[in-house]
Amino acid sequence: MQIDKEVVGGVLVVRLRGELDHHAVEPLRDEIEQSLENTHYRGLVLSFQGIDFMDSSGLGLILGRYRTLSSRGGKMVLCEVNANLRKIFELSGIFKVVPVFESEDSALRAIKEA
Amino acid sequence: MEQKVQSKVIAANYMHLQFPSRSENESLARVAVAAFVTVLDPTMEQLTELKTAVSEAVTNAIIHGYDGGEGEVRLHCALKDGTVEVVVEDDGIGIEDIDQARQPLFTSRPELERSGMGLTIIENFVDEFFISSEPGRGTRVTMRKVLASSETLN
Repeated sequence: MQIDKEVVGGVLVVRLRGELDHHAVEPLRDEIEQSLENTHYRGLVLSFQGIDFMDSSGLGLILGRYRTLSSRGGKMVLCEVNANLRKIFELSGIFKVVPVFESEDSALRAIKEA
Repeated sequence: MEQKVQSKVIAANYMHLQFPSRSENESLARVAVAAFVTVLDPTMEQLTELKTAVSEAVTNAIIHGYDGGEGEVRLHCALKDGTVEVVVEDDGIGIEDIDQARQPLFTSRPELERSGMGLTIIENFVDEFFISSEPGRGTRVTMRKVLASSETLN
């Protein structure tokens, strides 16, 4: 599991790559939490462009970060969810909790306007 | 004639895999099952669903069955008439209340950020799904998924 992090206007952008399963999420959770602390929980964009497999461990990672940000007043959005992942997203109802955008740009705009 | 023989071979095919309950084996398990069913030429969607269901069952064995500790997970796969059967077994703590475990969003391990969606995902991604479990003895999850119509095989 590889990730690429960038801070854009105070908002943390995390681009995930590889397979998001239980093995991958445990180290990832701590790394993202640390970066959120460093950026004062302003906001988080999670990009799934490079993810070709995800199971319920990925849902846990998303919901966990959503809880962190909600409790600190920060916003979180997702973007670039490919067709392979759509069914698991729909089944989980995560679309109703965390907004999903087509592109990283539109995701960032939505956070800044919120 | 040749096709008939091939169909018999497919019906008889099986695979067993056993591995220690280490999280890096989650990907091994789902990739092995995906490779095993290649002969049926499944769609990408079917393959993703099957891999996700296997990943959920194996992750459950590792996290819940063995509580992240040592143990062995066994995976049995068989192909018959275009349907794959996958059985995931552990000798872990077992499930006290299977009905409760199957409730969407129920998790016994919220502190591990489990979403409680694993069994719901399995239920939706395969055609048949059973759990048998004995507390203190282990859990067995059986899944069946139709990957090819019987016409394709004749």
